Amino acid sequence: MIDTVELAGKTPDEPQPYAELGLEEAEYARIRQLLGRRPTSSELAVYGVMWSEHCSYKSSKVHLRRFAETAAETGMGAGRLLAGIGANAGVVDLGGGWAVTFKIESHNHPSYVEPHQGAATGVGGIVRDILAMGARPVAVLDSLRFGPADAPDTARVLPGVVSGIGGYGNCLGLPTIGGEVVFDPTYAGNPLVNALCVGVLRTDQLRAAHASGQGNKVILFGARTGRDGIGGASVLASATFGDGTDGTAASARRPNVQVGDPFAEKVLIECCLELYARDLVAGISDLGAAGLACATSELASAGDGGMWVDLDRVPLREPSMSPEEVLASESQERMCAVVAPEHLADFLAVCARWDVLATVIGEVTDTGRLRIGWHGELVADVPPRTVAHDGPVYDRPAARPADLDALRADDPARLARPSTGEELRTTLLRMVGSPNLCARDWVTDQYDRYVLGNTVLAQPADAGVVRIDETGADGGGLGVALATDGNGRYTRLDPYAGAQLALAEAYRNVAATGATPLAVTDCLNFGSPEDTEVMWQFTEAVRGLADGCAALGTPVTGGNVSFYNQTGATPINPTPVVGVLGVIDDVRRRTPSGFSRRADEIWLLGETGEDFGGSEWAWAEHGHLGGVPPAVDFDRERALARVLADGSRDGVLAAAHDLSDGGLAQALVECCLHGDRDGVGALVEPPEDADPFCWLFSESTGRALVAVPAAGSSALAGLCARHGLPAARVGTVDPEGAALAVDGLFTVGIAELRAAHEATLPALFD
Amino acid sequence: MPSRVGIVTFPGSLDDRDAARAVRLAGGEPVPLWHADADLHGVEAVILPGGFSYGDYLRCGAIARFAPVMEPIIAEARAGMPVLGICNGFQVLCEAHLLPGALIRNDRRRFVCRDQLLRVDNTGTAWTGGYPAGARIRIPIKNNEGGYVADRATLDRLEATGRVVLRYLDGNPNGSYRDIAGICNEAGNVVGLMPHPEHAVDPLTGPTADGLTFFTSVLTGLVHA
Repeated sequence: MIDTVELAGKTPDEPQPYAELGLEEAEYARIRQLLGRRPTSSELAVYGVMWSEHCSYKSSKVHLRRFAETAAETGMGAGRLLAGIGANAGVVDLGGGWAVTFKIESHNHPSYVEPHQGAATGVGGIVRDILAMGARPVAVLDSLRFGPADAPDTARVLPGVVSGIGGYGNCLGLPTIGGEVVFDPTYAGNPLVNALCVGVLRTDQLRAAHASGQGNKVILFGARTGRDGIGGASVLASATFGDGTDGTAASARRPNVQVGDPFAEKVLIECCLELYARDLVAGISDLGAAGLACATSELASAGDGGMWVDLDRVPLREPSMSPEEVLASESQERMCAVVAPEHLADFLAVCARWDVLATVIGEVTDTGRLRIGWHGELVADVPPRTVAHDGPVYDRPAARPADLDALRADDPARLARPSTGEELRTTLLRMVGSPNLCARDWVTDQYDRYVLGNTVLAQPADAGVVRIDETGADGGGLGVALATDGNGRYTRLDPYAGAQLALAEAYRNVAATGATPLAVTDCLNFGSPEDTEVMWQFTEAVRGLADGCAALGTPVTGGNVSFYNQTGATPINPTPVVGVLGVIDDVRRRTPSGFSRRADEIWLLGETGEDFGGSEWAWAEHGHLGGVPPAVDFDRERALARVLADGSRDGVLAAAHDLSDGGLAQALVECCLHGDRDGVGALVEPPEDADPFCWLFSESTGRALVAVPAAGSSALAGLCARHGLPAARVGTVDPEGAALAVDGLFTVGIAELRAAHEATLPALFD
Repeated sequence: MPSRVGIVTFPGSLDDRDAARAVRLAGGEPVPLWHADADLHGVEAVILPGGFSYGDYLRCGAIARFAPVMEPIIAEARAGMPVLGICNGFQVLCEAHLLPGALIRNDRRRFVCRDQLLRVDNTGTAWTGGYPAGARIRIPIKNNEGGYVADRATLDRLEATGRVVLRYLDGNPNGSYRDIAGICNEAGNVVGLMPHPEHAVDPLTGPTADGLTFFTSVLTGLVHA
């Protein structure tokens, strides 16, 4: 029997399964209060999913406000930021009529339950967010974290996630230009799959998700609606779930993972872009988490009236679906548009040309209500804002983790260090082959980095760079650079600093290409917000990131929070992943990360201190996590970025590579291996007063390794002096040599380095 | 007047813009052709680009082969018009029986994207005339179903008649028989290959500019025709 609005009025005491839909008792009471009656089962389904942690940000909202304040403080609120937090994705004006929109989002829980489809639909979802802004998606980056590289479950999860991302992104025709792969035991039951998409639009093409104009048609287009993904947002992504080994928890929820069809998304993209170009769309929203419930309530609440939706018109894969299921379905590759009646015929013709199913399911009204019909009955009648915006907000209690002082007191200075040349040599070889530092080709070779023909830099470069406008001389022109970074170990030791370190690293990576960093998107991956210690980590990380963004002048424009990343009572290392977007006027001037086959001078920019707390060396060599992470100096980061940008502009730099995990040693190895197809040698000399181990492996921030033609070294020195950046010549590229030599200590052949660096992932996953 | 080269867009085509850019950089005029339109709009050569036509959920190229646009393309190809099939386009040409053999799932059972070294073994085709004999070129390869297979008699015939146009060097990325990366028909006007020359037309966005010669070759031939 259908539960109608009329029936709900007559049966106020009917027991309702609100708890199973993830609602608290107080939240249910609030819904009754808002409606002045009990909700119908359809209304309960809509509130249940829209008031979930995943959709409502109820535990994070009070903290995320800091990001909006930062955007205003950095002066980006008014001019360059065309859309910010609250929109599907942030939009940054690049000038010349060009704008870019970008956002990172998590698909962690589905990727654990079903790695291939979970990761695939993660890519699909973020691409539709970008599409909904009126932009053509042009590239993706994937930030991935798994359990120990040699753990049996990682052998299940990693190949599935990688094939899911590749299978979906490659079929969509979007280049994958960067990202990360990190291994740590805390991700064993909670892999992190964070996907970033960037899109390009003309500033006058910006679209908004609102339903205005009484009588305008509401059109659902794209794939049919099925039972996949029901409750995905409310249950799967908004609560802790078991490890599945008990045969319940995860396994029982398996059908909640959506199934992707990249071909359907590809034609949907082209169809939408044609609809935008012909100006046939008054408002648009993607359908992602919470499906139609989300799209209709958000469109209606952002509009100026109400909305009528006739659920009988929704094309279904399975005709026996209930109205609650139709509303909550997370079937992929669907969009919802608001279209003026005079454009309806043209809209439907464009969809027909692309073989995209399009159906008028309702219209914009002047009732101020979202009303939903089913089989001639009214099954929902709600004020749309109460669904989409006026959900519960919690300022949850936070407490500093009890073990933090002990952890921070456990200084890595107590760990045994290599000192002789031979010890340093073998340490370096083990480090460059360790899971977190080894070559990522096994993963990234499964991604198309060439499609669309605008990829100027891609992995393993510091940041991906894509050309936006190819009308410049010799195919040059405006481009954007993007990098994502995060460090769960640093953040575990100090969440405020950890978030800032992630920001600083992504900022530095973008700057290394010669681009100027402009704006930030973040994906905040944490354990349960109901755990006071996790909540403390979260609030500290948000505070750190907001302060860091203010200091760098790069506002957070949007992003995503993923809570409940924990197995039982054990949360993941808190992992804010930060994506930084930069702009470069002419992509021909981008700086590569590898050495050229030429006797360039090698310079180290910045200062090296004793920074081993949370370092890759302590972790890879000793399994140690303790001490205090490196300090961040944002003035230094800004000065370094200016030198790298000016060096690119003036044509001074032949190569630039940021220093981060694994320190100078790792950067040197990568510069040698990435430089020329066969690798290039180098000879470096530690400063006389430096401890060689510290010089090679410390993870002090604000540093980069650069190569300059000998004739340019005085220009570089001048640039560094002007920006107050310490810099020292540390060696030369050896175009003839086939080895990396550290003067007086050791020499290691390029072939041996390559073998050590590249063998690890194939040995684990082939 | 630059020569007009048609580039087909099937639903799911991905590298159609790249192919158009390559034609333009080579000095030709790219003309978009729509899968459902059986008119070639006066083009003098045709490129079937990479991608996943119609999603390729059945067998790569199996549905595209029946697209309305393929009818005139098949007829013109048999009459001598230069036709290049890249990746998915190669699969379509095999399904359409303009080229022998088939492309199957990579032996490593994974998608592979890398900069691939190749040798041009036939410089007498419409699309490879500009390469010196035995040229070694490096252009991207990116496929999941790129393993070229055919029966032994067909392979022997291809070898004996010089119809192996390109061969993988320095590691076979997908298990193709006899390291075959590209082949042509008897007349040499129809060429299919798995690697992507359109992604190697400018060192700014590709590993090299080695692929540009495919496009300049056909344009040179059209001018002289």
